[in-house]
Amino acid sequence: MSAAAAGAVGVDQVWSWLAEVPDPEIPVISVVDLGIVRDVAVDGDGGCTVTITPTYSGCPAMQVIADAVTDALRERGVRRVELRTRLSPAWTTDWMSEEGKAKLKGYGIAPPAQRVVDISGLRKGGDLAAGVKRGAIAKPKVVCPHCGSSHTENTSQFGSTPCKALYKCLDCREPFDYFKCH
Amino acid sequence: MDDIVTYLLRQGDNALILSQRLSELCGKGPALEEDMALTNVALDLLGQTRMWYAYAAELEGAGRDEDRLAYHRDAHDFRNCLLVEQNNGNYADTMMRQFFFDTWHYFLIGALTRSGDARVREIAEKSLKEVTYHLRRSGDLIVRLGDGTDVSHAKTQAAADELWMYTGEFFNYDAVDQAMVAAGVAPAAEPLRAQWLAHVGDIFGEATLAMPSPEAWMQKGGKQGRHSEHLGYLLAEMQFLQRAYPGAEW
Repeated sequence: MSAAAAGAVGVDQVWSWLAEVPDPEIPVISVVDLGIVRDVAVDGDGGCTVTITPTYSGCPAMQVIADAVTDALRERGVRRVELRTRLSPAWTTDWMSEEGKAKLKGYGIAPPAQRVVDISGLRKGGDLAAGVKRGAIAKPKVVCPHCGSSHTENTSQFGSTPCKALYKCLDCREPFDYFKCH
Repeated sequence: MDDIVTYLLRQGDNALILSQRLSELCGKGPALEEDMALTNVALDLLGQTRMWYAYAAELEGAGRDEDRLAYHRDAHDFRNCLLVEQNNGNYADTMMRQFFFDTWHYFLIGALTRSGDARVREIAEKSLKEVTYHLRRSGDLIVRLGDGTDVSHAKTQAAADELWMYTGEFFNYDAVDQAMVAAGVAPAAEPLRAQWLAHVGDIFGEATLAMPSPEAWMQKGGKQGRHSEHLGYLLAEMQFLQRAYPGAEW
């Protein structure tokens, strides 16, 4: 019988369990590495509330992630799992942990290469037109996860999942996925 | 129906109908990369639809949920702009429709991140990055198609001329839109139109395309439920299951 089944469960314990729940599309990183777990709260009665935030609005993996989180905690003896979704602040790849980025690279996916759109700046009256002006948008310097060369080229803005773009390395000639800045 | 519910339904309907149109091209894109791109854009729009519908349904409080709104309404209940229901046509038509929509969507969503309504602001913040990516892509493609071969240039120009009359509706504000502006929920039409014209003008310039006159005659009616014949066919396919087996669930 696990400790949780006997009564209250610790917040740190829940976080460490969640750190073992893999992303369904990219199983080398966990939902915690991905930065989508916003909050964990426990009550004295063996119940637990996990707040998650969606990555892409229509990402089909979100439902799978929600189910995986619930199942993982139930399996470890948490009696009641409540899942909440929070939209704001919006998830960006900046929420991804450094460890997560390193794991992505090891798996052959180039991690996000720059900081994302500063939404708070836009809200304060930033120039929207500048955000879509051709030529004014800096291209990310994407490093090949196989050979480390930054001599790479974008082949498609969209890849096999909403979070990725396709690149190829012009030195080692390998194609690879890039987890885009978002 | 409350003005804000109608306003939210318009946002959701625009996203859903365009998403459905793009999904029709799944497996039929002109190149593998384009196929993936179109369906990914469709997916983003579908996700945004759910956020708008969920909020509209909550405020309406009539027991309708996202699925009910998507699958149990007929054409005259939809409040999307006429542009998004237009057929896919050739690839220049598809991309021109996308570019006109993306440009409006980007400046609208950008403005809505400053909305006086907290939930609208959250949905806009969530959508903005996706919408930015869409516009960068469609603008790029318009330049490549317009400034491409003689054939691609001619087709892209024809698409622009054909679809232009559906772009006036974005800025043709009715009582609902005006009430939303007055309530601080939505941005005013004129600045949005100026931004739209400026960006379309920039891209058309690079694409060597002639921009139709902003003063040209414009279609209207979609936002009030008066649609072109295309929407009925689209809904017939999208809603088939719920029409044949009402209330069916997975």
